[in-house]
Amino acid sequence: MSRAQVLQTTDEAVAGIEDGATILVGGFGLAGMPFDLVDALIRQGARDLTIVSNNAGNGEVGLAALLKAGQVRKILCSFPRQADSYVFDGLYRAGKIELEVVPQGNLAERMRAAGAGIGAFFCPTAVGTLLAAGKETREIDGRTYVLEYPIKGDYAFVSAHQADTLGNVVYRKTARNFGPVMATAARTTIVQVHEVVPVGTLDPEAVITPSIFVDRIVPVEARHYAVQGAR
Amino acid sequence: MPVRHRTVENTDRAPLTIDELAAVIGRDIPPGSYVNLGIGQPTKIADHLPADEDGNPAVILHTENGMLGMGPAATGDQLDTDLTNAGKVPVTELPGASYFHHADSFAMMRGGHLDVCVLGAYQVSADGDLANWHTGKPDDIPAVGGAMDLAIGAKDVYVMMTLFTKKGESKLVQACTYPLTGVGCVSRAYTDYAAFDIQPDGVHVLATYGISLAELRDRVNVKLIG
Repeated sequence: MSRAQVLQTTDEAVAGIEDGATILVGGFGLAGMPFDLVDALIRQGARDLTIVSNNAGNGEVGLAALLKAGQVRKILCSFPRQADSYVFDGLYRAGKIELEVVPQGNLAERMRAAGAGIGAFFCPTAVGTLLAAGKETREIDGRTYVLEYPIKGDYAFVSAHQADTLGNVVYRKTARNFGPVMATAARTTIVQVHEVVPVGTLDPEAVITPSIFVDRIVPVEARHYAVQGAR
Repeated sequence: MPVRHRTVENTDRAPLTIDELAAVIGRDIPPGSYVNLGIGQPTKIADHLPADEDGNPAVILHTENGMLGMGPAATGDQLDTDLTNAGKVPVTELPGASYFHHADSFAMMRGGHLDVCVLGAYQVSADGDLANWHTGKPDDIPAVGGAMDLAIGAKDVYVMMTLFTKKGESKLVQACTYPLTGVGCVSRAYTDYAAFDIQPDGVHVLATYGISLAELRDRVNVKLIG
């Protein structure tokens, strides 16, 4: 039975996540951050987690709160250091969290490869830099590429705008970011949405994540949070 | 064949301010381009981009978090937490905008579809190597974001930076001492004191600002053509 389940609470949505799991967490900064699923995971208490996400938390909400709760052993991300990433910064400087910095496009493409069943791929990004050190390279048509391996998740946490009860998902604006890629790359994909709608309501031409990639859906209240001012 | 430029020396003025530098770069971006402006100083170039005869933007801005057709920063009622730029600043959408996921967004870079990106830099080498992501100091937390993908992906990579460090050392160098972001990827370096075109035969000086070519040669330890 691989149809998506529609659940009523985020606690049900994150039930069963094991210690040591790898979780892909959507969002770019706070846009598309699945706050409610992360909060539920803090209550659920799984530890020793590996988190894959673009950033390493902002302020003390979402991913930052999960880090602060001491549940994360390792994080793979492209841009940990931000003006308000003090929770991560403190843990990192104290040697309490492991960091693997991955170029942002490689982070996306490595998850895309995992979701698409690709064993590895040659990528031109990071050639000749520290982030390609020790990795296999190959020259193809006169250009050097680095061998990159997929990143698979045990779970993906995605925040989206709407889902139908089958699990078809649509997003809003730049909150889409990593969601559609992560949804394909995990064994169990959990999507929090602002609204669950009946089957047949979403325009099939506009569906971004088809239901086959989705395992659990949970409706949550839209959350309002402060955004950084222009700088 | 390298293009030969005649250096324009502007010695009767001060070095460029950040806004003036942004305007110089904006004027050099070809109309019709798809452009990515890096976070920090390059975002100021958005105020100086070419316009068509009706005053509409003549370039389309790409933001790596998944949008083409990005508009100006959002204010007041326009603020929408689901619509931000790569610097996480709330922005607006222009008519004709489109949204896409991260793998598509970076395919636009690596696949050779993006015409120009403008990035900040710690150092640029005479061969066009770029260092802008990590100081390499032990207490520094490395953060690369999309810089490495942009550096090797965009057809033209422009750098926007001050030419000298606070200690007066040139950031245009023979070889970068900071960890590299990309190898041989920078085509232009725009600075407050001079604009440089990096070509296979060397570094050409397009223009100087508030400094003579002779004094520039004295302060920059790189062979300069001009």
